[in-house]
Amino acid sequence: MTPTIVLPVMIGGLYAAGVYLLLDRSLTRVLLGFLLLGNATNLLLLSAGGPSGLAPILGYSDADEINDPLPQALVLTAIVITFGISAFLLAIIHRSWRLARNEVVGTDEEDRRVAARRATDADELDPDDLAPEDRAAMHADSLPADLEELADDVDLPAGQGAP
Amino acid sequence: MIEVLAPLPVLLPLLGAAGALLVARHPTFQRTLSTVVLTAVLAVSVVLLLVADAEGAGAVSVGGWPVPLGVVLVVDRLSALMLVVASTVALGVLVFAVGQGAADGSEETPLSIFHPTFLVLVAGVSNAFLAGDLFNLYVGFEILLMASYVLLTLGGTAARIRGGITYIIVSLTSSLLFLAAIGLVYAATGTVNMAQLAVRLGELPEGTQVLLQSMLLVAFGIKAAVFPLSAWLPDSYPTAPAPVTAVFAGLLTKVGVYALIRTQTLLFPGGALDDVLLWAALATMVVGILGAVAQSDLRRMLSFTLVSHIGYMVFGIALGTAAGLAGAIFYVAHHIAIQTTLFLVAGLVERQGGTTAVDRLGGLARRSPLLAVLFFVPAMNLAGIPPLSGFIGKLGLLEAGVAHGGAAAYTLVAGGVVTSLLTLLAVGRVWTRAFWRSPNQAPVEDTAAAAAAAATERRRPADEGVPSDDAASDDAPPRTALQDAWRRHTAVATATEAQMPPAAGAVRALRPLPRTMVGATAALMALTVALTGLAGPLYGLADRAATDLFDRTPYVSSVFGEEAP
Repeated sequence: MTPTIVLPVMIGGLYAAGVYLLLDRSLTRVLLGFLLLGNATNLLLLSAGGPSGLAPILGYSDADEINDPLPQALVLTAIVITFGISAFLLAIIHRSWRLARNEVVGTDEEDRRVAARRATDADELDPDDLAPEDRAAMHADSLPADLEELADDVDLPAGQGAP
Repeated sequence: MIEVLAPLPVLLPLLGAAGALLVARHPTFQRTLSTVVLTAVLAVSVVLLLVADAEGAGAVSVGGWPVPLGVVLVVDRLSALMLVVASTVALGVLVFAVGQGAADGSEETPLSIFHPTFLVLVAGVSNAFLAGDLFNLYVGFEILLMASYVLLTLGGTAARIRGGITYIIVSLTSSLLFLAAIGLVYAATGTVNMAQLAVRLGELPEGTQVLLQSMLLVAFGIKAAVFPLSAWLPDSYPTAPAPVTAVFAGLLTKVGVYALIRTQTLLFPGGALDDVLLWAALATMVVGILGAVAQSDLRRMLSFTLVSHIGYMVFGIALGTAAGLAGAIFYVAHHIAIQTTLFLVAGLVERQGGTTAVDRLGGLARRSPLLAVLFFVPAMNLAGIPPLSGFIGKLGLLEAGVAHGGAAAYTLVAGGVVTSLLTLLAVGRVWTRAFWRSPNQAPVEDTAAAAAAAATERRRPADEGVPSDDAASDDAPPRTALQDAWRRHTAVATATEAQMPPAAGAVRALRPLPRTMVGATAALMALTVALTGLAGPLYGLADRAATDLFDRTPYVSSVFGEEAP
């Protein structure tokens, strides 16, 4: 019994295509990628059963000629699980489409906001309690009285002073 | 005894889930059913723990198949302890959810779906803890993940769908990796029974062993949120309903940690990748807690501390000594309870203050002293303030690290201390802002709504573009920078006021917190304090469990009997 080259090549190809699709932002492609990856893994499990043989049915074939039945049982279980999850993923994608009219992986806005915050934002102190000269730069315009100071800063480009 | 009881923690919740689906139209009956089922699971788990501790590990061949062929469920000290902690926490969260559902109605959390799914989740967690073969462990993971997908996207709001999608895709990738690893393990050894694997994996060439081990570690590392694989967690957890986030934070990552412990002790005891794990543990602790310090939302902050403290457990596992493992096991038990409690408290804070954005909260300590206590004690416990159980767990781990010696271990000890300190900073900031300061001091600039308002304000001149500016320059006198700034200032102020819910202001009619929710949270907090009092016996148990894990023969002989396979 010589090992076949077909299975490894197919498994590798499916994995490559699956990973490529999984990295896409579009959810339909992610789903397709997941299906490919699932099939690649199932083939991998199947090939773990060793060389090919007759169907493992008692009375149909001799014990030394049959293929290992355990990986087949594992693959069946894995197929059922993949099937259920694909259905759920489709439902989620549909829901995402209904809600936002798009089906891409969304951005975490709070994450972006935290990343965009300047270090001084973490300051505990209430700027209104401090003397004006002690205030952090970004709070300079937090009181109307401070606007006199700002007025000197004529070259300030629009939008720069907004908190 | 074990033969009869071991399948029950899986069977009871599954049957209960079926029953809860059948009676979905009768909420009261459904609630009673799931509470009774989880109480029964807790009782069974406690008995299992007592038996396993007294008589040693035991195994059941499900369906009566001979041992290496059929599925086995194994109860040893570690799995029984995890079962007890998990079912306690699950029961507490269920009671909390019942209280919330009774108070809120079913708009955000449709409870008729919640109860069956929650029970399925518990069944999956139990199955993962009891699984005696690798494929059954995979099935356990899939059961709990499937349930968690549903729970995380409960109600299907936009934010939950967004967070849920990230979570689902990452979990799927991890599961597929795990499945591929199982295929390769089977190809290499011809078995998926963990007791048999414990013997056969050791006979493989070293390179093959390292490959299989690293595949399993990556798969479980994603589930446990170990550093380079942890970014999904703070992204997806905070959007879910409070009880769901609480049970996820408590249980799901710990199932991953449990699988890591089994991989490192039972399957691959050689410690080939211990160094990698050590550095991963350090990165998890430090990066996680730095993330937590940067957050201004209570739930996100807690999610980051969750990631960070997973690092402590991985530290204990990676040391590869019985003392380190005992510390890790104790820390898992402590952390399940503490993190669940804190997330439930975050749910209560959201009810009381209307938001979990720390910058918009204030004066909670005066408005609701009980809530303040409920937050303060677990928060100090999380930070590891003596004499609470967090301190004991951290001390045990640090001692194990010092006893282990070596540059890496000492770096980890230092990292652990720094992480503990930064945890104190993170929870301390929440305390001073949300609870301690007067409500009037809560500034409004630093909120998502205000940021969005400011963003639109900034965008507006650009959008309307040239015409308005031209018109202004023709008719009106040229605007000075002063007027510009004043206009921006007032525009932002009014925009924030308009977008601020009434909750953020100082004057607000207080909704009383439902008693059931407070009761459940208080009970879990009492449990975390009790863990401090019971730390002696519990640490003893963790020690014995760790010794068993190191010995490996109790596990193997529980499956195969006295003769070696």
